[in-house]
Amino acid sequence: MATQHSRSVARLMMAPAVVLLLGWMLVPLTMTLYFSFKKYLPLRGGDLGWVGFDNYVRFVSSSSFWPAVQATLMIVGGVLVITVVLGILLAMLLDQPMWGQGVVRILVIAPFFVMPTVSALVWKNMFMDPVNGLLAHLWRFFGAEPISWLSEASMTSIIMIVSWQWLPFATLILLTAIQSLDSEQLEAAEMDGAPVLKRFYHIVLPHLSRAITIVILIQTIFLLSIFAEIFVTTGGAFGTRTLTYLIFQRVLESQNVGLGSAGGVYAIILANIVAIFLMRIVGKNLDA
Amino acid sequence: MARTVTTRRKSLNTVLAWAVGLLIFFPILWTILTSFKTEAQAIASPPLFLNFNWTLENYAIVQERSDYMRFLWNSVIIAGGSTILGVIIAVPAAWAMAFVPSKRTKDILLWMLSTKMLPAVGVLYPIYLLFIRLGLLDTRGGLVVVLMLINLPIIVWMLYTYFREIPGEILEAARMDGATLKEEILYVLTPMAIPGIASTVLLNFILAWNEAFWTLNLTAVDAAPLTAFIASYSSPEGLFFAKLSAASTMAIAPILILGWFSQKQLVRGLTFGAVK
Repeated sequence: MATQHSRSVARLMMAPAVVLLLGWMLVPLTMTLYFSFKKYLPLRGGDLGWVGFDNYVRFVSSSSFWPAVQATLMIVGGVLVITVVLGILLAMLLDQPMWGQGVVRILVIAPFFVMPTVSALVWKNMFMDPVNGLLAHLWRFFGAEPISWLSEASMTSIIMIVSWQWLPFATLILLTAIQSLDSEQLEAAEMDGAPVLKRFYHIVLPHLSRAITIVILIQTIFLLSIFAEIFVTTGGAFGTRTLTYLIFQRVLESQNVGLGSAGGVYAIILANIVAIFLMRIVGKNLDA
Repeated sequence: MARTVTTRRKSLNTVLAWAVGLLIFFPILWTILTSFKTEAQAIASPPLFLNFNWTLENYAIVQERSDYMRFLWNSVIIAGGSTILGVIIAVPAAWAMAFVPSKRTKDILLWMLSTKMLPAVGVLYPIYLLFIRLGLLDTRGGLVVVLMLINLPIIVWMLYTYFREIPGEILEAARMDGATLKEEILYVLTPMAIPGIASTVLLNFILAWNEAFWTLNLTAVDAAPLTAFIASYSSPEGLFFAKLSAASTMAIAPILILGWFSQKQLVRGLTFGAVK
């Protein structure tokens, strides 16, 4: 039984974490909001006064805004489709009886533990280099002209790299979900002569729906803010400048803090829209 | 009859799964192999798989030219420090939420999760400015604090889900036997909580090790960890595939090994207990 005393002790125990996170959230957020209403150029005159919603209007009306939105959507959408579809197939495969299942699992999960700068650079140089890359060798082997991946097919390349990084995450979560599926139900359906596709649509997919939703939501939040993969490959060139990268360039490269902060506020709003859905699911689970 | 079919199916599964597994793992394998080649062999056409003269010279060169050990040490300090600090702050909080839950516990947990959703780029300049003003730019201490804060919600969540699995009856039994609160925590709860804490430490160490937004933007030379060290290879001069591979292998090897131990915790930690 929680007494009055233990309640206050509990509050005291939570205090450091709560206070720190509150500060971590409120201080920078307030500053971003503050800057977003100012013309603030640290290297060219500093604080040039209040400008109202000017930065917000200029951020969305700049010629690089819509391409950045498009790039962001393509990367997030492309990676989600690839990782979820392949993740389901892979999870179903890994759930089958086989020899050396543990080792295969390790092989499949490994890319998730590779730091983003390493995976981006390894792909960029050792695979996608138009002269010495392994893919160029492969193309030449089949008599095709090698592709300059990161300039000619920049978007495809980035999506490939990021999908490789996130496929393990999707697979692992979907595999965990599949393993909780009642195998008797599947066997019964098999006995009744239900074909594979029907069993998949009526039993496996509904069972996975919650896990799929979670994968989509969590990945979306992380994918909206991918940075290192673009930083070390294209540097935002060739149509791969995402919203995150655009804001980074505004803030740190061209030091237009007001404009970048307005962009930051948009990014925060966007992430929160996704977060609300995720929190609902997590919150429901907490009650159970 | 039925059994032969099963065996055949099992063989088929095995072959298919291994093929897919090796394909996914191949970029890592290729990096490791290339790290043992000379630069000329690394770009040989057709590519060499195993039939080359294995050499360790790239590892020596990487260490000598760029003092790899210093970056490694920075990574260890930053990832380790932020994880330990985070756990010290999170254990009491998760403990209180799991064992003395109130009406607001759920709201607090969800609110903590929401701070994790804050896009880093949205607060990049404020943090950058604060770092300059406080003299924290390019210091390990500054990064320890930032990485601790971005991972704190995950640490609290993971610990909370582990602590909640500790049955409350055991506490009551200990209390009946006359254990004081201190004894209760020290002898009853701590041993039961250690596996959960260890898993939490492991996963968060990995997350902090691989973090590549703040580490790239808030370090220059002194405090740069391996993420930033590898990024310095993005503008190469001359032949460098083998050296890039050696540097990459050294940067990911410790985490790959730790990662294999943390597969299960990964699901729990990154889905905030929504999938177990």
